Amino acid sequence: MTTPSLSSLLLGPINAVMRIIDAPLRRLQKATGIGGMAAFFLAPNMLIFGIFVLLPLVINFVYSMTGGTAFFLSERDFVGGDQYSRLFECQNYLDPMSCQEDAFWTAVGNTFWFVVLQVSLMILTALITALILNRELAARSFWRAVFFFPVLLSPVVVGLIWKWILQRQGLLNFGLYQFGMDPYTWLTDRNWTFAATIGVSLWAHMGFYALIILAGLQAIPKDLYEAAEMDGTKPARVFWRITLPLLAPNLLVVVVLALIKSVQVFDEIYVLTGGGPGTSTLFLTQYIYETGFASVLRNPGLAAAASILMGTVLVVLTLIQLGIGKRGENKGKR
Amino acid sequence: MGKVARFILRRKGGKGWHWTDIFTWVWLVGGLIIMFGPAVWLVFSSLKTPAALAEFPPSILPYVTSQATVEGYDKPLMLYDARMPDGSTRVLAEVRRIGLVAQMVDPKAPGEIVKVNINDRTPVRTMSFATNNYTEPFVHFDFLRYLWNSVFVTVVATVITLVVNSMAAFALSKYEFKGRSLAMLVILATLMVPLSVIMVPLYSIISSLGLFNSLWGVILPTVATPTGVFILRQYMLTIPDELIDAARMDKASEWQIYWRIVLPLTAPALAVLAIFSVVWRWNDFLWPLIVLSRRELYTLQVGLSIYSGELNVQWHFILAMTVVTMIPVVLVFIFLQRFITTGIAGTGLK
Repeated sequence: MTTPSLSSLLLGPINAVMRIIDAPLRRLQKATGIGGMAAFFLAPNMLIFGIFVLLPLVINFVYSMTGGTAFFLSERDFVGGDQYSRLFECQNYLDPMSCQEDAFWTAVGNTFWFVVLQVSLMILTALITALILNRELAARSFWRAVFFFPVLLSPVVVGLIWKWILQRQGLLNFGLYQFGMDPYTWLTDRNWTFAATIGVSLWAHMGFYALIILAGLQAIPKDLYEAAEMDGTKPARVFWRITLPLLAPNLLVVVVLALIKSVQVFDEIYVLTGGGPGTSTLFLTQYIYETGFASVLRNPGLAAAASILMGTVLVVLTLIQLGIGKRGENKGKR
Repeated sequence: MGKVARFILRRKGGKGWHWTDIFTWVWLVGGLIIMFGPAVWLVFSSLKTPAALAEFPPSILPYVTSQATVEGYDKPLMLYDARMPDGSTRVLAEVRRIGLVAQMVDPKAPGEIVKVNINDRTPVRTMSFATNNYTEPFVHFDFLRYLWNSVFVTVVATVITLVVNSMAAFALSKYEFKGRSLAMLVILATLMVPLSVIMVPLYSIISSLGLFNSLWGVILPTVATPTGVFILRQYMLTIPDELIDAARMDKASEWQIYWRIVLPLTAPALAVLAIFSVVWRWNDFLWPLIVLSRRELYTLQVGLSIYSGELNVQWHFILAMTVVTMIPVVLVFIFLQRFITTGIAGTGLK
């Protein structure tokens, strides 16, 4: 057995360090008492939290009310609500070109359609997959792994895999060629590219939601199904009367979770399409990123204002989720 | 075989084929092809030479046209199976092509030039793995550097995440103090704050701390994950307080209680968090893209996306490096899948 010696080799030095740390901490404990040590344990996390999450959250509002291209707050001019009115200045909200910030409204429109289509397809496919994985399958854990596998891949890898498949000499065109059809440059067509972004994000994330729904399905008491079988209930009726109602709270959580992730779509799409062709796959996060950092005419204040609008949507969605979670918990207690 | 087939294709109740059985198998097999196909295609493609990558229709496996060095010619010549007028075939090397006629020589006897119609010859193709797709980027593109940066960020961020989050979880689960529920609320509230919402002010904070263009600027904002505190706290709540009280009676310091008693008992939850953290940090893209602007600091993800966005994309290198980037995650997936799936099913967090 080499494991104990290896772990002691690894833990030896760490334990030594911990023993050295212990001496001053004992003195600290004497000074502050046991309660004070709670503060000590909490401090590092709260410090990092404060600096890198809470502070940005607060100064984001300040940012959104300042103008100019400088990044340091002290070098920025206060402009009040100008950034917001610039974002909202629009003759017709359904026609991005009539707005001052046409890119913003294009991104809002794209994100809206992306969210609607992607989330509904996501829930549908994830539900079907979960129902299938919940059947009596041989090698179920293998099949679960098949659908779950892309979830762990990095967005960059996902984007590159699909860019390679959708390009002119790619696998998709090869498949079409086998059926006697002409190759096509998918990623230069606005509609096909948009469809591709939805398909790729389905591919990458569906397994995650299927897994959560599967956990929900497995939590439904088996005796309900046995009782239904004894009564000779038709499978379709079992689905509508037992499975779906009992799965509903779980499914709602999944819908909101999918909505929250979908609104922030960025990484794999940015690698796959870069927002193009034109602005046909420009989504909100990319708009914020480019307005804040990447474009020549960068405007951090405008990006902050847009990010606050997006954050508001996310907070509303999260509160809905927490509300549903609470209700589900109470139901479980009863 | 019959037994295996019957086991795999067994149906509920042993009755006849219901439409749902057929649908199940269509869905599963279709899923297998759609989910694994692209990744397998990537791996096959990554072993092809640039010439083979440019071919259409592409071959599934990496084939190359064979070449031979022939006496009297500087460059290696392409080999073809040529059909001779008398019906036999010979392996010939092409010297040059003029219109529809190829001038060819026998590699073994290069003296005599044979004229062959180009429709009468087919290239000799052999399977060959372009392994230099994998080795060259490490020399030419600093990929070793990117790999190191990615490993550094992943390991350091994960270690700090485990230490800092477990300390906070310990305080929030084993102590009664004023403001505990407030601290808990603050942590939970930040679950709602994704990076995309705070990236502009976060960037300015990172810059003013001098962490722009530093790997620490990538690491620090990610380590205080609310998810981590949440998972660990839930787990620590199940550790009986009597254990801690007994240790206090034995004059153990609070630090010793944390280190010697609570942490070892939390090992399963720490393992789950460690796995998640490794995958998260390895895959991070947007934040490193913002913080790192010098080439030598890129992580693998940033380096890959920058190179793939360049005008003359060198796909043979990009594909190979994509495979390299994929390897750690695939290993985690193969060996630790159980932890991850139970982690997700239990908490609904990714």
